[in-house]
Amino acid sequence: MTATILPTVPAPAPAPAASARRRRARRSVNLAVGAALFGLIAVIGLVSVFWTPFAYDDTTGDRLQPPSLEHWAGTDRLGRDLFTQLMIGARLALAVGFGSVLIAAIVGITLGLAAAVARRWVDDAISSLLDIAIAFPTLLLAMLIVAWRGASLDSAILAIGLAGAAVIARLTRITATRVLAMDYVTAARTSGTGTLGILRRHVLRNVWPTLIVPLALQFGGAVGAEASLSYLGLGSPPPNASWGRMLQEAQSTVLVAPTAAILPGILLVALIIGVNLLADGLRDVADPTSRSIR
Amino acid sequence: MLLLAFALAVTILFVVLRVLGNPVFALISVGATDAEIAAAAARLGVDRPIHEQFFAYIGQLLSFDLGQSFTNHLNVGDEIVRRLNVTLPLTLLSFTLSVLIAVPVGFFAAWKSRTWYGTTFSAVSQLGGAIPVFWVGILLVAVLSLGWRLFPAGGFPRTDWEDPGAALYSLALPVITIAIVAGSDLARYVRSATLDILGQQYLRAARAAGQSFATALWRHGVRNGVVPLISILAIQLSTTFVGAVIIERVFALPGLGDMLLVGIKEQDFPSVQGVLLFSTALVLVLGFIADVLQRIIDPRLRDSLSGNRRTKALA
Repeated sequence: MTATILPTVPAPAPAPAASARRRRARRSVNLAVGAALFGLIAVIGLVSVFWTPFAYDDTTGDRLQPPSLEHWAGTDRLGRDLFTQLMIGARLALAVGFGSVLIAAIVGITLGLAAAVARRWVDDAISSLLDIAIAFPTLLLAMLIVAWRGASLDSAILAIGLAGAAVIARLTRITATRVLAMDYVTAARTSGTGTLGILRRHVLRNVWPTLIVPLALQFGGAVGAEASLSYLGLGSPPPNASWGRMLQEAQSTVLVAPTAAILPGILLVALIIGVNLLADGLRDVADPTSRSIR
Repeated sequence: MLLLAFALAVTILFVVLRVLGNPVFALISVGATDAEIAAAAARLGVDRPIHEQFFAYIGQLLSFDLGQSFTNHLNVGDEIVRRLNVTLPLTLLSFTLSVLIAVPVGFFAAWKSRTWYGTTFSAVSQLGGAIPVFWVGILLVAVLSLGWRLFPAGGFPRTDWEDPGAALYSLALPVITIAIVAGSDLARYVRSATLDILGQQYLRAARAAGQSFATALWRHGVRNGVVPLISILAIQLSTTFVGAVIIERVFALPGLGDMLLVGIKEQDFPSVQGVLLFSTALVLVLGFIADVLQRIIDPRLRDSLSGNRRTKALA
């Protein structure tokens, strides 16, 4: 009898282990490629703080020139150097990414923790507010804030950051509620630790790792959203050379000067893909127990 | 819940837009006298106390009156309906096309995930998720319209839909643009939903019970897999709508997006408010419909948290 039963007991399958290893390998490739792309843009952006080939408002060049030794990426319709603008654009994109992720993290975590520890009706109020904010497309929310504050870099960062905060708040609330139900939190409470102390010492430390990947993904989303806003004329006004606005300006002269309509887009895509790959690779580093959702 | 959300959105919109700046300045010319300014303010009704304006506004809304544009004095509601002639077909056609592309592509990518096809798909879909929709538009216009002269580069026939052929022709390239970007996003979700199903024990059980692969997939897989996809589809439909707003700018189409942008630039507060309210209502209603649909298809969800909320939190 036992002999016929035994084989049906599932042996530890080798397949999942192999696929996990493959996933890890793919992740480390992602991490490397992502870090390289992101690093490249970051270096370009940092260098632009100290040095650009030309001054931004230097209109001495010939108009709509193709790339040359003097103007590495050509010139725009006012004779300004495009490589200079691309470099400044990298700096702006990074500022938007970091700025809005910072706002999303601060506002989102605060709201999420508040919802997790507050009374029932406060939690309900915050949660339903978040429902609306999450259902609302980022770009419409951003347009509303730009309509209110006027088009500027700060408006764009604030708008995109607040739109992202809703998602972060929701994730924080879910994880924090789970952590608050843990025995060690009860133990801390009975030994006299206050609510703020528990939040800081136990909840925040457990919530934080689960937020790294979503925040990294928001970086890419923020860069894309800012480009769209700038393209629509609702981003940072000149002399800030956002890639989105460069593309908008290049659209009318796309046949005469195709490089101006191609290069900003390539850099934009490179940065977003770089950050996304980095986020995917970080998943393992940040939280070894998590499985990929995709 | 739906009404509460909408009421909240109405209030927030009103408050935010009233701080937007003084719309009187859009009406008067440089060097206007104080009397002229006061007259303009009285005409717009912005000289009354803020709570009176608010209640007047709510009253208008309840009778489906979105007010009159500050700049061109057209009725905002009529204007929105007129502009939907462009935005609605654009959104629906793009959405349909993107689903038609995404479902087979995503399904095969999951089914053949171990082959070159699956690998290529992953790489391409990374690209699709990162490319801004307006850049795709610019490039397609450059190649297909200006280069090969296959499509018009922009604009919409003045005769509106009187000549359906011409109208469709001018919408063709915008639709393709949105469908490519939205489709590659959607295909990723379809792929992961399919991968989920293919790994399920119930599918293996059905196969073991003698059903063919296709039958098992149809009877057990599709119904399970489509539930999370519905909320994704609802979100995608709102994303497509917003994509339409951007792409209208690329192709100079006179739709809702154009109305919103011009409104923001000219501080035309009723127009901006009208378009944003309409969009909010649309997004909320879509989410609501998705929730209801999911509960109809999957009885397990009926007394649980909204499926829509969970999926979005995970995405």
